[in-house]
Amino acid sequence: MITLSGATRDFVVGEQTVHALNDVNLEVDAGEYIAIVGPSGSGKSTLLNAIGLLDRLSKGTYRLEDHDVTGLSNDELAQIRREKIGFVFQFFHLIPRLTAARNIELPLTLAGIDPAERASRVAAVLKDYGLADRSQHRPDQLSGGQRQRVAIARATVTRPRLLLADEPTGNLDRASGNEVVHILERLNDDGITLLMVTHDPDLANRARRKIRMVDGAIESDTQVTAR
Amino acid sequence: MRIGDVFAYAYGGVVGYRLRSLLMLFAMAVGVASVVVLTGLGEGARRYVTGEFASLGTHLLIVLPGRNETTGGAPPLLGETPRDLTLDDALALQRSAAIRRIAPVTVGSAPVSFEQREREVITIGTTADFLHVRQLKILSGRFLPQTDPRRAASICVLGGKLKRELFGNRSAVGNWVRVGDRRFRVVGVLASEGRAIGIDLEDMVVIPVASAQALFDTPSLFRILVEARSQSLIPRAKQQISEIIRARHEGEDDVTVITQDAVISTFNKIFTALTMTVGGIAAISLAVAGILIMNVMLVAVSQRTAEIGVIKALGATRGTILALFVTEAGVMAAVGAVLGLALGYAVSATVGQVYPVLSITAPLWASASALCLAIVLGLVFGVLPARRAAALDPIAALARR
Repeated sequence: MITLSGATRDFVVGEQTVHALNDVNLEVDAGEYIAIVGPSGSGKSTLLNAIGLLDRLSKGTYRLEDHDVTGLSNDELAQIRREKIGFVFQFFHLIPRLTAARNIELPLTLAGIDPAERASRVAAVLKDYGLADRSQHRPDQLSGGQRQRVAIARATVTRPRLLLADEPTGNLDRASGNEVVHILERLNDDGITLLMVTHDPDLANRARRKIRMVDGAIESDTQVTAR
Repeated sequence: MRIGDVFAYAYGGVVGYRLRSLLMLFAMAVGVASVVVLTGLGEGARRYVTGEFASLGTHLLIVLPGRNETTGGAPPLLGETPRDLTLDDALALQRSAAIRRIAPVTVGSAPVSFEQREREVITIGTTADFLHVRQLKILSGRFLPQTDPRRAASICVLGGKLKRELFGNRSAVGNWVRVGDRRFRVVGVLASEGRAIGIDLEDMVVIPVASAQALFDTPSLFRILVEARSQSLIPRAKQQISEIIRARHEGEDDVTVITQDAVISTFNKIFTALTMTVGGIAAISLAVAGILIMNVMLVAVSQRTAEIGVIKALGATRGTILALFVTEAGVMAAVGAVLGLALGYAVSATVGQVYPVLSITAPLWASASALCLAIVLGLVFGVLPARRAAALDPIAALARR
């Protein structure tokens, strides 16, 4: 599904060039469950952003579902993000003035989908994630776990093939975190490809494949058998 | 993204940040309201002045001695001066079928005294028809009688203020007053009419034209007021006046005929220009409001970087984000403009209640163009902040909490 070859991402900081990604080669199959770990500044988030098409590679190529997406225009990248990729963030990034239902509806709205169709799909995911009675609440009226569930609902309402999560439990207590992880794993069981950046070793050990990054390069890439 | 959804999202942005939206709506509303009120004032002044001229009388023409245009030709070596306009000229005008009434007018200033009280006032020499031509009213007694205008009768009619100052509460009619060096019997008192363009009708004395000519020792008239038979006969009356006077003045076109219409239309033009000017000045406040929109939207963009990052991650294109923020600015400008129109009309109505004389109603073109200008300014000034939003790097935007 994902093929990165020779992926490099450089940032110029002052007079120095920092290699946030340094010649990364990565192959991900559809339906995999991958945890990306490593110390701060090791390039985990840069890798996730590059895979999520929020960032462009300085060098190397990126093929997503057998299409070379390396040189596409911004608007083409936006369209791929809209159709194929879901994002879950550490700080949820819900839009504060919109209700839970409106937040979830947002990607469908941006895609220009018919309002009736949007309403039924939003109602369905609200029910799936146990948020039906919270649909008209704004984010500041929801608990952290509920907010992250809304965010996951928003990321998946377009039925993407790839779900990218950057520290999805980093801002939650353990109970809410577990709840969120279970939801993500259930999605993965249903066939979605899940890539998760995390600091939490327990969480990383739950994944079936663990990629450890150091200084912008993949230090180890191990299959985890026990779940 | 659907157009309805763009508006819904933009509207959400407006109501979602109440304080800044209210402040901006206020600025825009004040701008639009000032256009409405100022153009309304200009328009009101125009109506007031033209109304005053219209109240001079209906179908009025004024004949003045002297020409108001020069023609080329030899310089006037012989010291050419315009001929006087005489009482006979005035009476000759009655031959025209287009003319209903004429009122020759001689004006001078003379002391008027009764017992020990003396006042220096404007003395008007005219005929009985002056009352109708100027649409004056008599408070007590009667106006000058319909007699031969060439007869210098010793009678006079007093203005209201003059009567009060000379006679107090006593009856004036029947008493003799001294005007200049002659004695006149008071036959009537004019009702209060207020001021009417130039001459205070309250503070004057009216005597027969022949008496005034004798009093001021002049054969000429100040002007002749002419009332045409109808509105449509005004041009013919004007033409016939010129012909009659020319025949009497040995072929010289040495009088000027002003129609009331011409005076009114001149004032119309002046006041319309004035209205445009104050409207333009008020429009500057609209432009200031537009710049405020730009400021506020720039702040909004920097406050909402995370939101912009999210909708970018969710697949919004540059164009979509541009549309969202420009629409938000436009919606705000439009709502502000509508509020401003309401405010402007409310102020106009209030002023109209307090000063009924000056009805201030903004002309429709001013309201419409203020509304359009406000929306256009909102959109134009919304572009820069929207471009900034569209150009935001989603990763940097999302990195902020």
